[in-house]
Amino acid sequence: MSQEPLSQRSLNAQLFRGYAAYTLGFCLLVLLLALFEIMGLARQWIGYAFLLVTVALYAGIGIMCRTSDPVEYYVAGRRVPAVFNGMATAADWMSVASFIGVAGTLYLTGYNGLAYILGWTGGYVLVALFLAPYLRKFGRYTIPDFLGARFGGNWPRLLGVLCAVLCSFTYLVAQIYGVGIITTRMTGISFELGIFIALGGVLVCSFLGGMRAVTWTQVGQYIILLIAYLVPVVWLAVKQTGEPLPQVAASSVLQQVSEREHELTHDQSELAVRALWQARAEMMQTRVSGLPETYETEQQKLRLQLLRARANDAPMGEVRNLERELAAYPKSVEDARMAWSKARDDYAVRATAPQPHAAPFASRTFELTDAVRNNFLAIVLCLMMGTAGLPHILMRSFTTPSVDAARKSVFWSLFFILLLYLTAPALAILVKFEIYTDLVGSRFADLPAWVHAWSAVDRSLLNIVDLNRDGIVQLAEIHMGADVVVLAGPEIGGLPYVVSGLVAAGALAAALSTADGLLLTLSSALSHDTLFRVLSPKMGPGRRVLLSKILLLIVAFAAAWAATRTPADILFLVGAAFSFAASTFFPVLVLGIFWKGANKWGACCGMLTGLSVTVVYMIQAQPWLRHWILGIPTSEPVTLWWDIQPIAAGVFGAPAAFGAIILVSLLTRRINPVTDALVDDLRLPD
Amino acid sequence: MRSAQAYSRTRYWRHNILLIVGLLCLWCLVTFVPAYYALDLSQYLIFGWPFSFWMAAFGAPLFFLSIVGFYAWWMGSCDQRARRASQAGD
Repeated sequence: MSQEPLSQRSLNAQLFRGYAAYTLGFCLLVLLLALFEIMGLARQWIGYAFLLVTVALYAGIGIMCRTSDPVEYYVAGRRVPAVFNGMATAADWMSVASFIGVAGTLYLTGYNGLAYILGWTGGYVLVALFLAPYLRKFGRYTIPDFLGARFGGNWPRLLGVLCAVLCSFTYLVAQIYGVGIITTRMTGISFELGIFIALGGVLVCSFLGGMRAVTWTQVGQYIILLIAYLVPVVWLAVKQTGEPLPQVAASSVLQQVSEREHELTHDQSELAVRALWQARAEMMQTRVSGLPETYETEQQKLRLQLLRARANDAPMGEVRNLERELAAYPKSVEDARMAWSKARDDYAVRATAPQPHAAPFASRTFELTDAVRNNFLAIVLCLMMGTAGLPHILMRSFTTPSVDAARKSVFWSLFFILLLYLTAPALAILVKFEIYTDLVGSRFADLPAWVHAWSAVDRSLLNIVDLNRDGIVQLAEIHMGADVVVLAGPEIGGLPYVVSGLVAAGALAAALSTADGLLLTLSSALSHDTLFRVLSPKMGPGRRVLLSKILLLIVAFAAAWAATRTPADILFLVGAAFSFAASTFFPVLVLGIFWKGANKWGACCGMLTGLSVTVVYMIQAQPWLRHWILGIPTSEPVTLWWDIQPIAAGVFGAPAAFGAIILVSLLTRRINPVTDALVDDLRLPD
Repeated sequence: MRSAQAYSRTRYWRHNILLIVGLLCLWCLVTFVPAYYALDLSQYLIFGWPFSFWMAAFGAPLFFLSIVGFYAWWMGSCDQRARRASQAGD
């Protein structure tokens, strides 16, 4: 550290002071809003205040950092200190899926959900050991840039662009969709309007200032998302155990949760509710096996029921429900088969007892332990390689001042990510404790307000039915979606509404920061690598940046448009991005750096092979994707290789890519002195 | 002189590769071994947590952090030494 130039140190000090003031200001805002809440400010206004103030803050940083210089625009002038680059990478990395999804998945699946934590943190070891220092040493603007220089020619570069677009665009659509959902719930505005407000927040930043503005905004967003994540967890921990450290609190709560799980497994009324679900599952099975005759008879039955209800002046709600059910009745025998098989499987899952939270490889869907374990290990490996291959993360190693700073920046990234990830398992357990002890066993007549509020938003998020009509909530009667755990966590724990607003602001920060990074990756891949490098290499720097900005706008609107089309399965989209990255960028970058023999044709074949294996496996193993592309109904069973789910398709793609690169490079071996010198240079001490 | 420099360069790179291989083995060890044997290891408690759960939730991620930190620190000092050596050589 002592050898850092003086200007760097004064810059560091200045940054620390700036962000300390920013943090303090944000805390004051939260306290002020808490005060207003006590004085009786309406909840909706708290939501508006958080939305407007945070988006205005990000926009302000974006405007302050506007630039049209390519080095500033693409790599923030290469002078972001390691600590701040780490913070920005952490915000870039932690998407809506991390902020909301991880704790939710842990709540629902217990130990099995830890695959995400292991995979998403272990990937940084690969980034630090294999990629970040060498990419920084190479020191240009983008990942396809590296492929173009290392392997020579336009083909590797263009394939790199294709893969970057594929990874980043699927991921970006998921982020913008998440932003739309959060703004809608925070303020009650419509989904489309929410998306376009958020789009404004993203664009002001990345459009005006490129990587420079995005970096400094991401640091600010990281601070907000960290505060938003930690405040409710610590509060819950203190409330439940008096212990401020969530991990310590959770370890004592876990024992109580386990005891409660044991009680609920053998409880008489729980057993009764589960038997009712089982009966429903069997009813669906008879319907499915009775097809095609049952298609007509069930529709007749429903019509008759509706007529009878109308004739008997049944309550409005009941008639409405029947009307809705009839309107949503499957359009054909095939549709009915798919819908009813799905309903049968859902009911069958709800008929099972709760799984012990900390037990490894427990499953509610009747899978064998070995199958769950294989799948767990595959997801971990795929997410690790995917993390080390995502271009918007790798791009961040270009923004540090030196190779040494690039290595340290990976350390700081992981450090800041862990601050959040290490509390997620604790949050899941604390929320589970609240649900198991407070909600289960309470009376339907006095359900807390958050239950009504969240079931009104979406029935798939939260849905409690009094199945055995005893007026008391049983665990088997509660259906919770993963998103509720974090978003409604403060309300579940009985914290003031301002904390819920804070959490929503944090989720928004997570989504916006990731969306910013992805947008930049996409626009620079398209403008810098395609238009400038391949199509018109004589373009001046001013025009390059301008073109990049125009493309950024186009990509942003395309993604927003795709997000309003409501993609089928958000989580699968995010998982697919990781599989694509694991099977294309990771193999080609690692071999490019560590094996001089890897050549142009090897790289091209490797990326294509990895991509095709991944895509083919996804199509044949993901029911809705198979239905969409091949037209095979979702009710047909899928064939899995070694029980590995399609979300981890990258574990097949990556080895295929490694193999193809090595094989083709050996077959078409050609020594190129220019690339040899480049690789030698990468390996020199800095 | 040049061959001596080239020699020190290959030594630097070989040293780096050895370090990477070692740390990668450690990474493999803390990730996949406890996860593969998670069922058997679950009966042991650590800080009040079942061992497999604690390892996947807290232990392994902290190990990852120390691996990355150690590599950054070690290679940083190697780079510095190399820089000093080349300055002395000039």
